[in-house]
Amino acid sequence: MSKYNRRDFIRCSAGMTLAAGSLGFPTLLLAATRKVVVVGGGVGGCTAAKYLRKLDPNIEVTLIETKKTYTSCFMSNEVLSGDRTLDSITFDYEGLKRHGVKIVIDSVTAIDPAAKSVATEGGDTFSYDACVVSPGVDFKWDAIDGYDEEVAEEIPHAWFAGPQTVTLKNQIRAMPEGGKVIIVAPPNPYKCPPGPYERAAQIAMYCKHHKPRAKIIILDPKDAFSKQGLFTQGWSKYYGYGTENAMIEWVGAAGGGVVEALDPSTRTLEGEVEDFTADVINIIPPQKAGKVAYASDLVDGDWCPVDKLTFESTLHKDVYVLGDASSAAKMPKSAYAANSQAKVAAAAIVARFNDLPVGDPTFVNTCYSILSHEHGISVAAVYSLDRANNMILPVKGSGGLSPMDASDIQRKREVSYAHSWFKNVINDMLE
Amino acid sequence: MHNENTMNPKACALLFAILALFPVTLLAAPTGQALAFTCAGCHGTDGSSVGPSSPSIAGMDPDVFIDVMKGYQQDKRNSTIMNRIAKGYTEEQLKGMAWFFAKQPLRLKPQQHDPQLAERGKKLHNQYCEKCHENGGVRGDAGTLAGQWMPYLEYSMTDYISGLRPYPRKMQRKVDAVIEAEGADAVEALIHYYSSQHEAKRDDNNE
Repeated sequence: MSKYNRRDFIRCSAGMTLAAGSLGFPTLLLAATRKVVVVGGGVGGCTAAKYLRKLDPNIEVTLIETKKTYTSCFMSNEVLSGDRTLDSITFDYEGLKRHGVKIVIDSVTAIDPAAKSVATEGGDTFSYDACVVSPGVDFKWDAIDGYDEEVAEEIPHAWFAGPQTVTLKNQIRAMPEGGKVIIVAPPNPYKCPPGPYERAAQIAMYCKHHKPRAKIIILDPKDAFSKQGLFTQGWSKYYGYGTENAMIEWVGAAGGGVVEALDPSTRTLEGEVEDFTADVINIIPPQKAGKVAYASDLVDGDWCPVDKLTFESTLHKDVYVLGDASSAAKMPKSAYAANSQAKVAAAAIVARFNDLPVGDPTFVNTCYSILSHEHGISVAAVYSLDRANNMILPVKGSGGLSPMDASDIQRKREVSYAHSWFKNVINDMLE
Repeated sequence: MHNENTMNPKACALLFAILALFPVTLLAAPTGQALAFTCAGCHGTDGSSVGPSSPSIAGMDPDVFIDVMKGYQQDKRNSTIMNRIAKGYTEEQLKGMAWFFAKQPLRLKPQQHDPQLAERGKKLHNQYCEKCHENGGVRGDAGTLAGQWMPYLEYSMTDYISGLRPYPRKMQRKVDAVIEAEGADAVEALIHYYSSQHEAKRDDNNE
């Protein structure tokens, strides 16, 4: 048995703590005053805020977001089919408040990495020890001639869930029997890689019952897309894809899918090869990091470079960029990826505040697409960090797509698991 | 019983020699907590799922967790996605996750169920299932049935009965017997019983 009793041990530990403090590591004293400012109330920002508080309740976390409520982009395609209301994907920030996160509704103008402070349109300044930035994507409005933010009110992108989602839904409902919908898909990389193709299926779900002669055409500047084999299989099964009566058609780059301009007055899309007109047009423009990232000098090219061990910006110390805006190859720009990255960043920040080594990161992505009430498909990956190349790589032998030969029962289960995914991601970021 | 803490000195010296030879990056080892955090998007924060079908894995018996994950890794257990995910982890990592989840409180939610069916299920449970799924199927070394999500229980039973998932020892006899004696809807009654038990608690913790 040890000759020290418990009281001796505690006394000894306390002595060491005091000694450490006098040597210039007063972590215990400072711990209560560490401040993190989170910019952006989407998946990345909310998850980081919650997990920072969960991992270290001494950290003061302030989340700044422009909108009073959060509307998820994921599952917003179900609003188009009519399976969901916008209300069912809209949530408040009360849950985060219960975790002790301070919520500020204001627009961040810029982060000043030198002064370590965040300025808002409302005129406030928030100082930080670490800043988490999760601004999502912005559009390259100059990419398609004639398409801008004003035109988008009439010819929606609906790539941020909200009023435009409802506009698109209403336009589809108002179009004539046998009407035509065109979805203009974006080039890589963009947020939610399978989104445009799931959207086609969700619109077709509605049309199959209400406008059975309708056509949904995807004009794509790419020659391949996410889950392509699974999508075309599902489209064939439910929406006649590949037949004369196909409700969904896909035109890739080689087939003339590149759109260069829009004439909003005639609803005409000028393609590289030919022009297209439609009753309803949905343009999803090319994408880049959100505005705040540009205003704060966090961008190189279109996205924000980060050290993938921590998601700290490689351009500015103590600023961590998460989610769609970050350059996080080979993770896709997805909700699950942002959720996973946020926990890695939160753990790294907490470790650094407490003078502990940053642990090895681990990531997961899981992404579902719903093609009909009976038909869900998924892609999943487990990732680890290749430290030498600063690259997040899938663990060999893991992950991948739903099998092409999955049974009807399995496909239907994936719909139910997709809805579980939705509820649990929302819960994990907001409750 | 073997003791995992003992290691002969030669092996120990060899291990240190190996450690010294390789750069630290090769020894990447996320903590069990870090690994477990990545599961929350489907299984809920700390493993308590808010449904409707992904099972709660909080408070799960660590040996059961490891067995389940190995079953997925080896494609022995039917799944839609878990076989793809389970293959991303080493045995050590599975242990880390297993112990993390084992320590988490299980937070169950009420579910819509048919009280009459559930009442019948309770009787069937006591007669056919209680011996292994003790105390009404609360979490333990035979998994978590009480309060588990109803669709997940349905999928599990469908897979057992159709042969897509191997039965644990003795279970097939019991399932065959209950269906034989009580009819095919006996399974449905059991599922309604378990999913009605969101207030079920184990005696040995403060959930």
